[in-house]
Amino acid sequence: MSSRRPRRRWRWRAPRTSAAPAGEAGRLEGAPLGIKDLFCTEGVESTAASKILRGFKPTYESTVSANLWRDGAVMLGKLNMDEFAMGSSNETSAWGPVANPWRAEGGNAKLTPGGSSGGSASAVAAELCLGATATDTGGSIRQPAAFTGTVGIKPTYGRCSRWGIVAFASSLDQAGPMARTVEDTAILLSSMAGHDPKDSTSLPVETPDFASFCGKSVKGLRVGIPKEYRVDGMPAEIEKLWEQGIAWLKEAGCEIVEVSLPHTKYALPAYYIIAPAEASSNLARYDGMRYGLRVDGQNLTDTYEKSRAEGFGDEVKRRILIGTYVLSAGYYDAYYLKALKVRRRIADDFDQAWQKVDALLTPTAPSAAFALGEKSDDPVAMYLNDIFTVTVNLAGLPGMSVPAGVDAGGLPLGLQLIGRNLDEGTLFSLGSAIEKAADFRAKPAKWW
Amino acid sequence: MAIDAATVRKVARLARIAEPEDRLEPLAKELSGILNWIEQLNEVDTDGVEPMTTSVETALPMRDDIVTDGGDPAKVLANAPKANKNFFVVPKVVE
Repeated sequence: MSSRRPRRRWRWRAPRTSAAPAGEAGRLEGAPLGIKDLFCTEGVESTAASKILRGFKPTYESTVSANLWRDGAVMLGKLNMDEFAMGSSNETSAWGPVANPWRAEGGNAKLTPGGSSGGSASAVAAELCLGATATDTGGSIRQPAAFTGTVGIKPTYGRCSRWGIVAFASSLDQAGPMARTVEDTAILLSSMAGHDPKDSTSLPVETPDFASFCGKSVKGLRVGIPKEYRVDGMPAEIEKLWEQGIAWLKEAGCEIVEVSLPHTKYALPAYYIIAPAEASSNLARYDGMRYGLRVDGQNLTDTYEKSRAEGFGDEVKRRILIGTYVLSAGYYDAYYLKALKVRRRIADDFDQAWQKVDALLTPTAPSAAFALGEKSDDPVAMYLNDIFTVTVNLAGLPGMSVPAGVDAGGLPLGLQLIGRNLDEGTLFSLGSAIEKAADFRAKPAKWW
Repeated sequence: MAIDAATVRKVARLARIAEPEDRLEPLAKELSGILNWIEQLNEVDTDGVEPMTTSVETALPMRDDIVTDGGDPAKVLANAPKANKNFFVVPKVVE
């Protein structure tokens, strides 16, 4: 966490402490939160973990964080992440990787907390803050939650305003909370969400009191098990955990139904066209003219090229190049348009499933946390981390990861729940049923 | 589809990212690896499928065409690498 303390928050707090006894305390009064560095925080450096935004102090506050302050929460600091949220291990951060507070039993190797919201996940798991904001474009809330034994939910696309959140892939980016219990994420999400005219894709719908769904009976709910999520090479422990999750929900009165999402295996390759395409367009704004790093060159173009070469890290450059390529003349139809059509197929798969079930249960990630450096040389191997999470972003659906057990090395594993559009409520009910059954109490041994 | 160093040079130019000559070959290899993996999308029959550009199916909201914000140049220029009075200072654009 950054040690810079936003004085402004504390100034805002001053009058509120006197309001609290009068019964006017906000629903998050005094709740100490960490904020992913992708959120613009007024007067507090917001870098998206990129050199190109070093020193950038927004003159405005993101809608999501402003909503949290409105309800009385306070900011402890900004949290590290993968650069521009592009990564699954936190190793693409310009400021160095975040370490997972968890370590395998008998091992000292530093593990990844996952990504891109790795700082959020680690800070929550290590109990440095009560909860944290995070964002999820392809799994960046759920995979780190699974790797750190925390709860994370990516709400329906459009639930939370994207205004003031540094853009990565605008049709997929969505903010959500990470916390140590399902109920805490519910309370945080009710505060973060809400219609915002400043984001044209923000949904003009009421925000439910999500906490009221926690602990509700799940009897009679139909839960789908997508058979395509049984991928080759999935560790037996994860398979077993999934079976356990099915048993827990059966015991709680759910009806378990096998469903098919036939286009699942095409979600990642479609994502790796769509997300880089949108990123190459969004990141065109970093030209060294109005804000961010400028490296002077011989002329205007040279200045652009030098500023961007110096400011962006390798993974960000790789994705910008892929995105530029798939959008360039002659390749647009073959790659970009094709990916958008496959995206439709994936969304249709879910629509078919909703005819038969109310929610889906899957593993969150194909493995437990791996060692820092283990996959950083192979982009495609790294991308496969998001195999179970990315479909949800493409379809715009809500998805939640709940800690459900540990592997042989004592590392946490998560189960994912996927719901219908705007039906986060069912996920909170099912999530708290799993939480209760799993009774996950393991904590990382304190070595830091 | 494999892409070569010349294509990387062209794409890097389009993306306004300076890539040194000795990086073009390795980048071509990396990007080809990713694109080859992406090729599997061709297995999907997408005839007659409408491209999906967003998961929000509602029409874009319209608002009155009136000024709602502005008049604060100090805020706009607060993070500028170079500024002078109320202007951004940029390299010479027209020769």
